[in-house]
Amino acid sequence: MTKTAETTSSDTQSRNSQLLAEFKETTGNVRVTEPKMRMDNVNVHYGDNQAIFDVNLDLGKNEVLAMIGPSGCGKSTFLRCMNRMNDTVDSCRVTGSLTLDGEDIYAPEQDVVLLRARVGMVFQKPNPFPKSIYDNVAYGPRIHGLASSKDELDQIVETSLKRASIWNEVKDRLDAPGTGLSGGQQQRLCIARTIAVSPEIILMDEPCSALDPIATASIEELIDELRQNYAIAIVTHSMQQAARVSQRTAYFHLGRLIELGETKKIFTNPSHELTENYITGRFG
Amino acid sequence: MNNTTTKRNTTDIVKAGLAKRYARERRFKLMGVAAVSISMAFLAFLLISIFAKGLPAFQTTYIKLDITLEKKSLGLPEEPTAIEISRARYDKSIKKALLAQFPDVTKRKEKRMLYQFVSSYASRQVADALVADPTLLDTTASLWVLADDEVAALARQADYTLEKKDKQTEITRARIEELKAENRIETRFNWLFFQRGDSREPEAAGIKGAIMGSFYTLIVTLVLSFPIGVAAAVYLEEFAPKNKLTDIIEVNINNLAAVPSIVYGLLGVAVFINFFHLPRSAPLVGGIVLSLMTLPTIIIASRAALKSVPPSIADAALALGASKIQTITHHVLPLAMPGILTGTIIGMAQALGESAPLLMIGMVAFIVDVPTGITDPATVLPVQVYLWSDSPERAFTERTSAAIMVLLIFLIAMNALAVLLRKQFERRW
Repeated sequence: MTKTAETTSSDTQSRNSQLLAEFKETTGNVRVTEPKMRMDNVNVHYGDNQAIFDVNLDLGKNEVLAMIGPSGCGKSTFLRCMNRMNDTVDSCRVTGSLTLDGEDIYAPEQDVVLLRARVGMVFQKPNPFPKSIYDNVAYGPRIHGLASSKDELDQIVETSLKRASIWNEVKDRLDAPGTGLSGGQQQRLCIARTIAVSPEIILMDEPCSALDPIATASIEELIDELRQNYAIAIVTHSMQQAARVSQRTAYFHLGRLIELGETKKIFTNPSHELTENYITGRFG
Repeated sequence: MNNTTTKRNTTDIVKAGLAKRYARERRFKLMGVAAVSISMAFLAFLLISIFAKGLPAFQTTYIKLDITLEKKSLGLPEEPTAIEISRARYDKSIKKALLAQFPDVTKRKEKRMLYQFVSSYASRQVADALVADPTLLDTTASLWVLADDEVAALARQADYTLEKKDKQTEITRARIEELKAENRIETRFNWLFFQRGDSREPEAAGIKGAIMGSFYTLIVTLVLSFPIGVAAAVYLEEFAPKNKLTDIIEVNINNLAAVPSIVYGLLGVAVFINFFHLPRSAPLVGGIVLSLMTLPTIIIASRAALKSVPPSIADAALALGASKIQTITHHVLPLAMPGILTGTIIGMAQALGESAPLLMIGMVAFIVDVPTGITDPATVLPVQVYLWSDSPERAFTERTSAAIMVLLIFLIAMNALAVLLRKQFERRW
């Protein structure tokens, strides 16, 4: 019994390497008609290791793009290129073109502070500041000077918390520390903090991996609502989650974008054999 | 079948070894307890000996004398000002009062011995009393004045005086008894010890000069080393590129923390006094030298504190569009502050207990005046301990221990503050 499983696994592995060696171009249409963000020939190196190979990808307006793939496939790295969070890693080098509304975000004249105000990010582990709930949400608007008065700031905080559907749970204790909330609440607080700056794009790096199923469900619901106003790119390990929240899905494998397509098609009728092997659970 | 045999074997082997393992654990625990007990015993021995020696220094003896204070004989005008009263000499009046108290003394030699019954500081005390109440002039005032340190020792029957049986001591004892009978001798708490600077007379010597010297020195040290240390740590931790040069800097900072402090003293003499011509013996130079010594401690502690702030917090701020410096000042630095403060206080406590570099820059001088600023000549607590421990008088030995007690109290207070800060600001995320 065990023996057959081993054979299958090693068979799949060798088949996978063969497929990877044969890989030339992403299967499916990577382009959309009105891209919010367009990525061309993106390569990422960490020192001597290449993490991303020639990725072409568009993020459309008002869509949720899911990025899936086995661990270490570079999907998080790619996500972090989209708001230049990789700048904090000394050895990281990004080449190719990434444009936001036609502007190159890696151009020397591009201000990274402005870029990150336009492209917000939610992290894998909820990371509220060890400050009050109010201060957590108000921090972004404060540093960017988005509110001219206390009333306006209060308004922004309330709206953001409402949109992150956490307002009812915290409205009576805005002065309580954000770190005292439950995991799911903390993550929704982090989303509220991100949308308080009114970004155009929200990047989410496995936002539910540290949460229980109920908290996950509420975040997923939230993502669907947020799609009305933002373009969202979400990295996830859960294929069910990708299927539930996204319109398009990108499958990454060892730094290559293997396949991109309508979520429904990817999960029901994938074109590339690697994608099929992954979503049918033959490896991962 | 095969499986169960293995299992039984494992159980047997583990069982056989268990006793040995536990014995080893017990031995280790015992060694730990022994180590702690030995160090506690040493500490107890140190504290007991210091307290036993130092406690008498917190008591002092006063004698009530009826002193006749005639303006004419004091050389004062009819309407003397406070300054004139303060400047007049009262030694003669005190001597006369002593003679009046013990009328049987007539011989010159005996008189001279009698004059040593009170401290030379008594004259100052009389002057102070007159400034406070000038109506005492031209009367015979009953004033309490400070007794000589040896009289004080005899009066409280200190251990080391019990053996003394020579003629002079016997006479003094008799006189003390006489005063006791008249309620003219009294033991009081030694407030002077906390109010005065150093003195040649042990009974009039105080610790205030050294405390203020230490205070000014530490203020200079703190003002210099805290901002420089924190700025250096923030730069090295958050901004500096990771290359050979920063590696060399890091190694050298760690080396500096281990350089003997006397070397910093030599540097202070060569650079700050000989080259920059800053005043000798001043807390300013002492503080600069001590900040050089404290800087590595603060930098190392601050870097460790900055490193322990989770990167997720910095990521969160950066992803919101905070600039690097905003991220650091708004989030990283506040979270690192308890650790930084703890390191700073420990560095300050080190500086407070340091004497070697201060000897080099002349803070070892005999200074009577309490310093009032960072450029006044001053000494510091550990150097005062060193100075007094060198003096032959028994009363100075007592004061040495008393000064050590004061120093220890400050050190304990500072370390307690460090612990408190750490507890207070400890955060979870």
